[in-house]
Amino acid sequence: MIPELGHYALVLALVVALVQSVVPLWGAWRRDGAMMEVGRTAAYCQFAALALAFGALTYAHVVSDFSVLNVVENSHTDKPMLYKVAGVWGNHEGSLVLWVFILALFGALVAGFGRNLPATLRARVLAVQGMIGVGFLWFMVATSNPFTRVDPAPLNGHDLNPLLQDPGLAFHPPFLYLGYVGFSLCFSFAAGALIEGRVDAAWARWVRPWTLIAWSSLTLGIAMGSWWSYYTLGWGGWWFWDPVENASLMPWLAGTALLHSAIVVEKRDTLKSWTILLAIVTFTLSLMGTFLVRSGVLTSVHAFASDPARGVFILALLVVATGGGLLLYALRAPILKAGGLFAPISREGGLVLNNLLLSTACATVFLGTLYPLFLDAIGGGKISIGPPFFNATFVPLMVPVVAVMAMGPLLSWKRADLAGVLGRLKIAALVGVAAALAGVWLAGTKPVLALLALGLAGWAVMGAIVDVAERVRLFRIPLGDSLARARHLPRGAWGTALAHAGLGVAVAGMVGTSAWTTEAIQVLHIGQSVDVAGYSFRLDSVGEAPGPNYTARRAVLTVTRHGDFVATLAPEQRFYPVTRMTTTGAAIHTNFFSDLYAVVGEPAPDGTGYNTRFYRHPLVPWIWVGSILMMAGGLVSLSDRRLRVGVPLKRAVPRAAALPPAPAE
Amino acid sequence: MRRVLFTLVLAATLLSGPLARAVQPDEMLPDPAMEARARAISKDLRCLVCQNQSIDDSDAPLARDLRLLLRERLVKGDTDAQAVAFLTDRYGDYVLLRPPVKPATYLLWFGPFALLLAGGGLLLWRGRQGGKGRAEAVAPPLTAEEKAQVALLLRDEDEGKGRP
Amino acid sequence: MRRLMFLIPLVLFLGLAGWFGVRLKQIDRGDTPDRLPSVMIDKPVPAFDLPPLVDGQPGVASTGLADGKVRLVNFWASWCAPCRSEHPILMRLAGQGVDIRGIDYKDKAADGQAILARDGNPYAAVARDESGRTAIDFGVYGVPETYVIDRQGRIRYRQVGPITPQDLQNRILPLINELSK
Repeated sequence: MIPELGHYALVLALVVALVQSVVPLWGAWRRDGAMMEVGRTAAYCQFAALALAFGALTYAHVVSDFSVLNVVENSHTDKPMLYKVAGVWGNHEGSLVLWVFILALFGALVAGFGRNLPATLRARVLAVQGMIGVGFLWFMVATSNPFTRVDPAPLNGHDLNPLLQDPGLAFHPPFLYLGYVGFSLCFSFAAGALIEGRVDAAWARWVRPWTLIAWSSLTLGIAMGSWWSYYTLGWGGWWFWDPVENASLMPWLAGTALLHSAIVVEKRDTLKSWTILLAIVTFTLSLMGTFLVRSGVLTSVHAFASDPARGVFILALLVVATGGGLLLYALRAPILKAGGLFAPISREGGLVLNNLLLSTACATVFLGTLYPLFLDAIGGGKISIGPPFFNATFVPLMVPVVAVMAMGPLLSWKRADLAGVLGRLKIAALVGVAAALAGVWLAGTKPVLALLALGLAGWAVMGAIVDVAERVRLFRIPLGDSLARARHLPRGAWGTALAHAGLGVAVAGMVGTSAWTTEAIQVLHIGQSVDVAGYSFRLDSVGEAPGPNYTARRAVLTVTRHGDFVATLAPEQRFYPVTRMTTTGAAIHTNFFSDLYAVVGEPAPDGTGYNTRFYRHPLVPWIWVGSILMMAGGLVSLSDRRLRVGVPLKRAVPRAAALPPAPAE
Repeated sequence: MRRVLFTLVLAATLLSGPLARAVQPDEMLPDPAMEARARAISKDLRCLVCQNQSIDDSDAPLARDLRLLLRERLVKGDTDAQAVAFLTDRYGDYVLLRPPVKPATYLLWFGPFALLLAGGGLLLWRGRQGGKGRAEAVAPPLTAEEKAQVALLLRDEDEGKGRP
Repeated sequence: MRRLMFLIPLVLFLGLAGWFGVRLKQIDRGDTPDRLPSVMIDKPVPAFDLPPLVDGQPGVASTGLADGKVRLVNFWASWCAPCRSEHPILMRLAGQGVDIRGIDYKDKAADGQAILARDGNPYAAVARDESGRTAIDFGVYGVPETYVIDRQGRIRYRQVGPITPQDLQNRILPLINELSK
């Protein structure tokens, strides 16, 4: 009964989405308030219906209702509850339910918090959001029904792929989808503004919180995915330039550019048509990721079981959504008024450079991901594009991004004094040099490029700190006054500094682990030990350890340094009988500056020892610390009062600011 | 081997990855310098059966065979280039994770930098134009109601500035 | 002119979408991204001399493949499920008089022999490639793979994966007929 209810709710949501995409648009055309209001009601209803559908599918998974095909294919009674819930979105159909549920959630949020939007813009945004919903719901109802029944119901299910039975991965898709789908709102806002024919500072301010939510979620989602690779794949790799990873990186890069160009629209009323284009492109890249992963066009270890029929449908969705958006752009963008002028050396100039570099980086990832397909299609033969390509192209493009990032926030609008800014960043340069020297001291003079990159990371982090220090005039006015200024500094400024510092920290982590990882692969017998980067790993024992739905072989290792105890590590090899798959559970000991990473594998061919792999990954935790800082920066920025989604309109108590205004950011 | 691919394709769902146990102790060469060369080369060679992994990362049987073969070639005195050529002679450029620079890949290798130059050039050109000859405003003027709204928002901002 | 600039993104996107569509069609026809073209086409078969699967019977060697007869060389294994689905087609081909040489890839001899005893032996001669090195020399990356060898002992076609009746009708049989002329 409940699955039927869920299916019914899906169909209902489709009908409601149809209403939502037509009536408010017409209402906005005719300036009919009541019809525009339908958009809000429909958004709420669509959200309620999809909450019901999502709840129904979750219920089926939680109670292991094996009369539902989706549960049979992805669940098992012995599976821990956490993964029964996560199993809902660990498959094609279920992930689509989550996708449309989040889409409707954003629609409902706009309906609820968008009270300060002009009625016509809100109606149009909701209508476009409704159209996206129609596309995806139709897709689900037509090709990917998650509530299909099986008769007779089997006694048990096939279980979820054990690699997905992991806390890091269980909650990685929801954040990714919050990101992808969040960008749908940027798209809807862009389309709404194009229909309105007006893009102004207010528009930029309205679209910014949604961009921030999407960007922060995507940042976290990508970081979780990479963390998962790091600890499950068995040797500490955290990024592979796999098409599926690239599919999430491209919207992130475009979204980062969007976040920055929207500031220019807001503050200086220029770069409008570019910002609109970025909003469309960012969502297109999100949709394209969906297409690539599910259509079988690309091969990836991460791809969903592919199906060309679904591929055709998603491609059609992509063509209608993006094609429509870009057609609207071609027709309406030329009427957007170009705004204020600025000198090349200025805040605007810095942000434009940021956009140029990020867009180029995004295009590079795009080329690297799709070029093999392109070449194959024109008969140029099959080639592979792997990490060496991206290291040679993407990385050099990101170097200036990080270098300029420290300067950007210090530049003033319209025309800036570069020499003055560089002068204020002297201390950041010193920190950069110190970071590189610290690298030399700890790791020697090679590789030089890695040392330079480490210096760049130090420059970026200190640059962000200098930015805040300058704003509060640290050490130039009494400390108490600086603190008062810090308290009253706009949250946006704090967010910028946090995110920029976070990127610097993450870069240091990426450099550290890429350049200075120590590896030791060997056969160890019980009681034997081996030295890795000054640490001694001793294999104490190997024994059986039962799990809820797997059996594990667990090794116990003692790590010492100069005879002093450091840690006990217990890596596992887990065997899942239902899917007949083995997974590696690496054991990791972190001290924040580096990770000790141990994997104990199969018994060696000689029968008495075990294949063991030990690593020391310097600075690797910083990748995720930095990512979390970046996400936190986005959230802090989001809490900035000026950006708050529901700024009350009627609080018209004009009052001069009691404190001297903080420097313009 | 095909079986590996087959199960992968069948079993692969969202973000699943194959188990990669990669290089095993019994494969490694006694000479550390030569082993390091072998590792470096094999990191840039694609495992043919597992998509988008290097043979160094993969535990597919073919990847293991190729790792062993590569080490044999090095021991026999092949240079790095000769050892790689041995494989491209059999499997084509597809095994190279770093695609060779040739006319068919010029767009790939130089495209990003050409794009950067083109974008930079466009910006400079636009900057030189300095706004002359730009399209005039065609956007509809604000209605009185919207003007009031803007005024409110701006006031809100002034008020908000300097407050948490 | 200025207006045309705003059309560029749409045009680029439509080009991309069209090309995605073409790719999907190709995939639908079976040209999936994991199908690799062989770089060995039109080259002589690599030199090899493999021992027989069944003691006392002939093995397979490269020298015997350039004697003026068109042949198939089929890489298979007892542990390979798609090979089983291909087997009846090989049996039918052998029945039509096509000379098929089998190479049992990385298999236990007993397992390979047992399969042939159970399902029938379509091979004029069948050898063992225990190390898998001959397969690598051919550029094999998965079993089954089948090569069409012309009269001069050159590789003319590679079938990746099991031979389907369509592949047989559309590609392999016409090629054999043409090469045999």
